Amino acid sequence: MFKSFEPNKIFAITSKAPKYVLFLFIVVLTIGLTEALVLSPEDYKQSDAVRIMYVHVPAAWISLGIFSSLALLSVGSFLFKNKNFALIAKSLAPSGFVFNIIALVTGSIWGKPTWGTWWAWDARITSMLILALFYGMYLLAWRIYENKDQVIKVTSLIAILGAINVPIIKFSVDWWNTLHQPASINILSTNIAIHASMLIPLGIMTAAFALFSLLIFLMKYNTELIKVKNKGLDRL
Amino acid sequence: MINEIISMNGYGTYVWSAFSFTLISFTTLYFVTKLQLSKEQRRFASKFSSLNIEKARTARSQNINREILSNISNI
Repeated sequence: MFKSFEPNKIFAITSKAPKYVLFLFIVVLTIGLTEALVLSPEDYKQSDAVRIMYVHVPAAWISLGIFSSLALLSVGSFLFKNKNFALIAKSLAPSGFVFNIIALVTGSIWGKPTWGTWWAWDARITSMLILALFYGMYLLAWRIYENKDQVIKVTSLIAILGAINVPIIKFSVDWWNTLHQPASINILSTNIAIHASMLIPLGIMTAAFALFSLLIFLMKYNTELIKVKNKGLDRL
Repeated sequence: MINEIISMNGYGTYVWSAFSFTLISFTTLYFVTKLQLSKEQRRFASKFSSLNIEKARTARSQNINREILSNISNI
């Protein structure tokens, strides 16, 4: 079923793709930064501080998306006994973790001018911090355990347990009274509470961040495949 | 115009530090990942060059090994 995803077959593509993805990322990021920092309007309440949204929100979205993928890949690895799923998940995790940290730090910077504080134990911020801890545990487990089967089991367990936190992050603003406002964009509804002049730069920056995570994923995945092949040379 | 972009109505410190932190994180992650990839490619090249003719021929029979070697020659 997953034969077309075998590393031997896809390496020819994954080894050549990074240079094209890097070029596309630089183009999209340049457009995104121009829109976010120069062309988009200031907010009537937050003034220019609103521009932090263009790095904070895409980073949070992508870190959540990547963690959800880790959980799905871990379930897939258990169900289909496919070790390539674990390798894909391992290659996705570093960029997810960095995006999580970016979301926390830029959120803290944004909090000072809007809420008057760098940090608050608000439900959304706390659940994002918990996600960072799960990312940290996931990455550490890959470094600590040497046995391949054991590390796949442990990391899968961390990813699946951590995935319980994902809907908590998403709905924290609805379930509890938090400093965060409710979601302005809902993919299941056409009711978008954000003007096109801000939605377009947000979309472009999200695309740029997604391209960056794809670039890092491809480079990490190639590294992991070469590691496997290095061990193969030892066995010859 | 330039001054307005820099000062951001008094929020410049917050806006520019958030964007700078993001771009510095991107650059660091990119170069760390690139370094790890190059290190692994060099290790592969060194192991491959130490193989005898017979083993090197067996290793070359795999497409993925040929791809790795061609990528190493490109860097």
